[in-house]
Amino acid sequence: MNLDSMQEIVAAVRREGKPFWEIILETDMVNRGVSRGNSLEKMSRTWHTMKEASEVYTGDRRSLSGLSGGQGKQMRDYAASSAPIGGEFIAQVIAEALSMGESNACMRRIVAAPTAGACGVMPAVLVPLYWRENLSEDKMLEAMFTASGIGAVIAYRACISGAAGGCQAEIGSASAMAAGALVHLKGGKEEQICHAVAMALKNLMGLACDPVAGLVEVPCVKRNVIGAMNAVAAADMALAGIESRIPVDEVIDAMGEVGRRLPVELRETALGGLAATPTGRAVKERMAAGQKKQRTLTIKDARWKLEKQEAGQEG
Amino acid sequence: MIDVFDIMGPIMVGPSSSHTAGAVRIGRMARTLLGEEPVSAALHLHGSFAETGVGHGTDKALIAGLLGLSPDDMDIPSSFEIAADRGMKFSFDETDLRDAHPNSVKMEVVGASGHRLKMQASSTGGGRIRVDKLDGVYVSFSGDYHTLIVQHMDNQGNLANVTNALALARVNVANMSLHRSSKGGNVMMIIETDDPMPDAIVELIEKQPGILQVIHYRRES
Ligand code: SF4
Repeated sequence: MNLDSMQEIVAAVRREGKPFWEIILETDMVNRGVSRGNSLEKMSRTWHTMKEASEVYTGDRRSLSGLSGGQGKQMRDYAASSAPIGGEFIAQVIAEALSMGESNACMRRIVAAPTAGACGVMPAVLVPLYWRENLSEDKMLEAMFTASGIGAVIAYRACISGAAGGCQAEIGSASAMAAGALVHLKGGKEEQICHAVAMALKNLMGLACDPVAGLVEVPCVKRNVIGAMNAVAAADMALAGIESRIPVDEVIDAMGEVGRRLPVELRETALGGLAATPTGRAVKERMAAGQKKQRTLTIKDARWKLEKQEAGQEG
Repeated sequence: MIDVFDIMGPIMVGPSSSHTAGAVRIGRMARTLLGEEPVSAALHLHGSFAETGVGHGTDKALIAGLLGLSPDDMDIPSSFEIAADRGMKFSFDETDLRDAHPNSVKMEVVGASGHRLKMQASSTGGGRIRVDKLDGVYVSFSGDYHTLIVQHMDNQGNLANVTNALALARVNVANMSLHRSSKGGNVMMIIETDDPMPDAIVELIEKQPGILQVIHYRRES
């Protein structure tokens, strides 16, 4: 089937008597012409990469610009030792979102979901819940399929890149995907998944994409936090039986519409919002000045090493 | 049709699917098209690749790709050192390419046995790429399919010979296009297929009169 509306997926769920995630899995099998085992295996690799990225995070790295690094660790320590306002679980969600956003900025391996900039949202909610509730591997893969189906519909009807639709399309979409995954993990039904997606997207509608110096760091790393927190809230609301007054597909369409109307300055061009603040501009200038210097230095360094090596071979 | 693993993925080294993962794939594409270990490369960055390249590690990513690293290889940040170890020389500068995608790079690469490649490519979003120019000829292919790049002389019969060979292979052709730099110049035939081309067919095409070079690019999943 074509993943072009949430309504159609729900119709397929009812028609075929299969869970939401299974409809997505079967769609993948048909689309890529692969076996069930192959599709599950690929999703398993994706989930394990997410989990590992969280496990290997230490907070020691810094990004090339020097803007990112270490805050995930700060938050992890705080979550463990203090009495966080939102309780330990919420503090862990915040810490994971920061850790993954930073890992991305620091050139570590991550899973883009749906984009690299928003890579922290999904693991931020999945990893802490996986540990807390001792969830099975199978259950996690189901949640991942649920989320990817949601993302596919958003990508089809609206957009999932900051350049096309602002941050609402990146962090907002990631948040909607994570909200749907959470509802599944807590045993919610397909209509609750839809309401969670709708509410998550509605809450972040209009969010600008304004990365300082055009780098996926400020505000991106911390925006992963709001994407994750919003996912928890939307999922809890849906599980409580709260419904979105606007149906999910209409919300997705509205997000696409808002995205198209966002001025280019607020769509990843780094010309507006936080990127255009005096501090944001100063960072950009510093990066531009450092750029040439850094490049020549590194090449010189490489040449020097090379010459040394060649001399060594001859001698 | 949207691949759900384009949504939940790709698995990659950050920070940017277009400026990092896409750049690695462009480097890998150049390496494959060159057909051997590169020993030197001159890279010219255009647009956003030039502007925010260093902060996104675009330069490191391109070199990593030329060295054959994958977009999810944790060694990407140290690609310059690996290049030095392997004796690959490289240089970067900034350029202004006309009518090019904002995330573009032009490069000249020389291989271990002297093969040369001139390529211009762009990173079109989400880690996807497009080769825009090859050895002076404007082309357009993405590497999302298995791709046969056939360089031949600009005379009659070549197309028929190639399609006859394809019929023999019973491989489904997704896209096919012809490009040439000028009348009577070299022609580039780009054939994108759903399944990889059997080696025997690649060889058969190579042996046809008027064919100068055949490169078979196998899609990476
Ligand atoms: S601000 Fe832009 S680049 Fe940063 S996460 Fe949001 S959409 Fe991505």
